[in-house]
Amino acid sequence: MACDNCGVGDAVVHLTQIVNNEMTTYHLCERCAAEKGLDTTPAPPNFPITDFLAKMGGHAVEGDAPSPDLTCGFCGLSFADFKESGRLGCPQCYSAFEAPLRGLLRRIHGGTRHVGKVYLPPDPTANEVEKRLEGLRRRLERAVSVEDFERAAALRDEIRTLEIPS
Amino acid sequence: MDDLTTIPDYGLNWLEASGEFADIVLSTRVRLARNLQGHAFGLRARVNDREAVVKQFRASTGRMRDLKDGTLLEIDGLDTRTRRILLERRLVSRDLLGDKSREPHSGAGVFLAPRSPVSVMVNEEDHIRMQSLLSGLRLQEAWAEVDRLDEELGGELAFAYHPEFGFLTSCPTNVGTGLRASVFMHLPGLVLTKEIGKVLQGLGQMGLTFRGLYGEGSEVVGNFFQVSNQTTLGKSEEDLVDHLDDVVRQVIQYESQARQVLLRDARSVTEDKIWRAYGLLRYARTLSFEELMNLLSGVRLGASLKLLPGLRVYTLNKMMIFTQPAHLEQAAGRDLSPSEGDAHRATFVRRILASEGDVVSDDRSSGEGES
Repeated sequence: MACDNCGVGDAVVHLTQIVNNEMTTYHLCERCAAEKGLDTTPAPPNFPITDFLAKMGGHAVEGDAPSPDLTCGFCGLSFADFKESGRLGCPQCYSAFEAPLRGLLRRIHGGTRHVGKVYLPPDPTANEVEKRLEGLRRRLERAVSVEDFERAAALRDEIRTLEIPS
Repeated sequence: MDDLTTIPDYGLNWLEASGEFADIVLSTRVRLARNLQGHAFGLRARVNDREAVVKQFRASTGRMRDLKDGTLLEIDGLDTRTRRILLERRLVSRDLLGDKSREPHSGAGVFLAPRSPVSVMVNEEDHIRMQSLLSGLRLQEAWAEVDRLDEELGGELAFAYHPEFGFLTSCPTNVGTGLRASVFMHLPGLVLTKEIGKVLQGLGQMGLTFRGLYGEGSEVVGNFFQVSNQTTLGKSEEDLVDHLDDVVRQVIQYESQARQVLLRDARSVTEDKIWRAYGLLRYARTLSFEELMNLLSGVRLGASLKLLPGLRVYTLNKMMIFTQPAHLEQAAGRDLSPSEGDAHRATFVRRILASEGDVVSDDRSSGEGES
């Protein structure tokens, strides 16, 4: 398909715009897209996390500690690298960058606390089992309240299995 | 070597059009992102990290009830066409396959099991991305499938998990539940009545987002939209799934109302559009994929409104999948130039409509314009 703008290049970028409820699609070649300021790499367009990060700076979020030169001790990713790519390097990055991440997570998700499934690792400690049970009881309560009895029965079985001391 | 010529039906269960609202909702997908403790995430993972992830994953599947009959296809061992077929079936992401400038990462793979709606990408941006893909609107069922797999895998592999942040992911937009639920919808009524902008805007206000056919970054073509949750942290998996389900049902209701408006206020124009689309598909000698998608949109609307009697949604779903470039090449047994592809596409469509979707026009039903 030829580019809608120059008519010469191969259209590789397809832009759908909705203005006043009118949807228009433009097919542009790489050069024209770049001239119009469109990124031609397939980055996530719906979620400009790098924008979020660029705006964060050292102390953009109230209450956050300044975060100029943090580096993850496990994978070596610096906070500056993270701001550039929008991707963390390893599980330990979450601890290394905890303070600035907390502000970011609040802005992305509206909160920082996971309330979903509680993970039970392959060889769980007693504490991990207890946490898992709390999570299961919470899910059971919800399943009963929305009358999802099939799920409730499955959750009840799992709770019973975990409650039996091994 | 395992490839898709010997296992041709992987990832095609959803075509059957068996789920609820299958004429409007093509498919439902729920995916979970997980990572293994002690290894760098996708973009920073070294070869030994990737190999360790594959090795641990492979060892665990052998012990699992649901996955023991499946196969892990490593991307670098697949020919280009097979890779593209996996992409066209939405079993892998572009990211997993690499591109012209970058070969796939070592250890990148996809796990598929026969007759199963679940599949697992290994060593993508996250170590493990499992998904369940079902026909029609079946969010709770898709969630249950992938939840069960997650429980089994989590009992075998040590996932990276934080007591406050939940399941840890490469991108902070996925952390917490790691859950992305998406519903692939056909909304021509809302587009034609120009109500779609309001609906899409409303989705954003309700914590949802939309994308085109192939996910992130892809265009909206043929009035097909993928609607999914935007946030993953701070709500339980069931809440995320149920919220999407509620909103999607509302959108379906708006779409149905818009279709009724079309039939009431612009019946002859609508019928004309649908029959022209059918006529072009039935007799055209060359069709680009984009043209096909736009015509399919019209015909799908016609089938849904019972204006094209006897045309099944199953036939239309097949037309969408098997007319994609790599699928056409697979059927032809050779590479096809773009113009050859367009000709093969038109032939495939003519044949399938002749055998499965030959609609006879009932001229008594539309009397407007006759003298």
